[in-house]
Amino acid sequence: MSHDQLALLHEIQAVEFACIDLQLYLDTHPDDHRALADYNAQAQKMASLKAEYAERYGPLMHFGHEPAGYAWAWVHEPWPWEIAY
Amino acid sequence: MWVYEKKLQYPAKVSKKDPRMAKYLITQYGVPDGELAAALRYLNQRYTMPTRQAKAVCNDIGTEELAHLEIIATLVYKLLKGATLEELKAVDLGGHYAEHDRALFYTDATGNPWTATYIQAKGDPLADLHEDMAAEQKARATYEWLINEAHDDPDLVDTLRFLREREVVHFQRFGEALNNVYEEAQRRRIF
Ligand SMILES: [Fe+2]
Repeated sequence: MSHDQLALLHEIQAVEFACIDLQLYLDTHPDDHRALADYNAQAQKMASLKAEYAERYGPLMHFGHEPAGYAWAWVHEPWPWEIAY
Repeated sequence: MWVYEKKLQYPAKVSKKDPRMAKYLITQYGVPDGELAAALRYLNQRYTMPTRQAKAVCNDIGTEELAHLEIIATLVYKLLKGATLEELKAVDLGGHYAEHDRALFYTDATGNPWTATYIQAKGDPLADLHEDMAAEQKARATYEWLINEAHDDPDLVDTLRFLREREVVHFQRFGEALNNVYEEAQRRRIF
């Protein structure tokens, strides 16, 4: 995996982590406006990073959640456990 | 349903091949308070949680635990990669090799297979959420022992620290879900 691809993947992981942590917080603090604003800001950032990743390196998600180019890149390695982070 | 993302939640790094640490780490794959048990426990309990917050917490933490299961599996896979049969035998993984070669399997560090009797579903939300909180504390304690054992592999320690931290956050959220269940029960008694 190229340096650029790995860097983008790390960025996605960081933003998604923020989304996961905010989601769990919002589950028990559903009226917290500031957390909700943070969640939406991070979610928007994540969507654009993932679109950029999919466009450059192939889809991160399956089952129709992202469009796929020719040829079908989902089967390409590395799988997550094969990446030297 | 669940949708797979072809990435880990956190970069699972190891600095070197290390069958000894693989043997210890497999414990978080298949012990009573490991990641498989956590995911299955919470996802199974969500159906009978009484409040919307408790349902969401069980659903979302259960889902995150599946991501942690994948991180543990990746660590074990990487720590075993390239290990010779002699190296496996030297850390007492000969029995594992005979059954599974270098494949992963849901066991504890001494080879006992995972079993559904490790987890509970009482149907009583107070009992179940207390069990969840205890499970998070036990998982945190195991991560601390693993971090001590892994001291000569800074990459592995980094990944384990992330997982440890998540157990602390999960404990906090389950505690809040428990309060929410108490409050709702109280409110129903008043009105
Ligand atoms: Fe957890």
